Amino acid sequence: MQDLLNIFVKSIFIDNMIFAYFLGMCSYLAVSKTVKTAMGLGLAVTFVLTITLPVNYLLETKVLKQGALAWLDPSFADLDLSFLSFIMFIAVIAAMVQLVEMVVEKFAPALYSALGIFLPLIAVNCSILGGSLFMQERAYANIGQATVFGFGSGIGWLLAIVAIAAIRERLKYSHVPAPLRGLGITFIITGLMGMAFMSFMGIKL
Amino acid sequence: MSNEQKPAQEGLFSKKNRRLLIDPMNANNPVTVQVLGICSALAITVKLKPAIVMGLSVIVVTTMANLITSLMRNMIPNRIRIIVQLVVVAALVILVDQVLKAFVYDVSKQLSVFVGLIITNCIIMGRIEAFSLGNTPWKSVLDGLGNGAAYGGILIIVAFFRELLGNGTLLDYPVVEWMGLYDVGYKNNGMMLLPPMALIVVAMIIWVQRAKTPSLIEKD
Repeated sequence: MQDLLNIFVKSIFIDNMIFAYFLGMCSYLAVSKTVKTAMGLGLAVTFVLTITLPVNYLLETKVLKQGALAWLDPSFADLDLSFLSFIMFIAVIAAMVQLVEMVVEKFAPALYSALGIFLPLIAVNCSILGGSLFMQERAYANIGQATVFGFGSGIGWLLAIVAIAAIRERLKYSHVPAPLRGLGITFIITGLMGMAFMSFMGIKL
Repeated sequence: MSNEQKPAQEGLFSKKNRRLLIDPMNANNPVTVQVLGICSALAITVKLKPAIVMGLSVIVVTTMANLITSLMRNMIPNRIRIIVQLVVVAALVILVDQVLKAFVYDVSKQLSVFVGLIITNCIIMGRIEAFSLGNTPWKSVLDGLGNGAAYGGILIIVAFFRELLGNGTLLDYPVVEWMGLYDVGYKNNGMMLLPPMALIVVAMIIWVQRAKTPSLIEKD
């Protein structure tokens, strides 16, 4: 239980997708103009991360890793398919996003119309593929850890985009130098928020 | 595909084609103006060498992806084009990743997941979607080269300042030590090596660029 909690806190604050790795930056900059849409996109990203990571974890440990196919037949024991991981992960992500879209449309039409265009766009959000690749690189011990990592990363991303959206709403009333308006000042504020988040690094987990 | 042109009489480097190559460098820069591809850009700019390798990889992938999708543009059904593009790009990225692992293993380790993230780099999907699906192969190649090079250029500028100011080196050569600045009390700014400074350096580039090209300034 303790290790799950550690991974959760670590993925939100210390290894934050935006502030530590800049993943999902495109949609972070494009969709952070109002808090409401930022919240919608953040929830959708959290949702998709939480369901794609366990699926990709199973794919990685049961199919792609060296010797992972041994459960099928002992002769596959030294087969290494890990070079296929990029294309498999992105296919799983695209398929899952499509599936989630259909399920949400059928069973929760209100949520579907609230998320709107963001849901299909998530397939090409770097933080989703990044989550799966980090999962592969860090070799989590079991599927529970991978799921918690996905959920925590999603929450961290949600936190970042809602915070910047709230700041940008206020920013309209301030006098920013003309060439920095819009994009430039958003970068600087994200940098400052990143520095603030770095203070979590001292936490021993 | 309505904006397809017939370049029958056009030279290979006619004025229009040169613009495809040069426009992305300033007025239409993919990173600082169109805000694409920041995702995988900033984390690998701590040092100059990985940034150069990353820039070259992206140039190769954008150019090849543009060429391939442009050759296939009349065969791809419109409804499934996204998945076809993803497969083309993912296959190219796997090739690049294997080449990097074979020839520059240490850099490939430093880039870690960010090579894989070229797949979801918005520049590549964006150029395929906006340009190569509606243009001839040669034009698409030029467009891919231009955008890839502009992206690589930004990476190299950011990495140059971060490595020089943060570490006092360039491509691992101790430049600051050679200039003898440490003897007069100069200190490296370790802050430059941390992730948030990449954002601030990009913001400075945007500031300089927009101050020089006022037409890019955003209206409220």
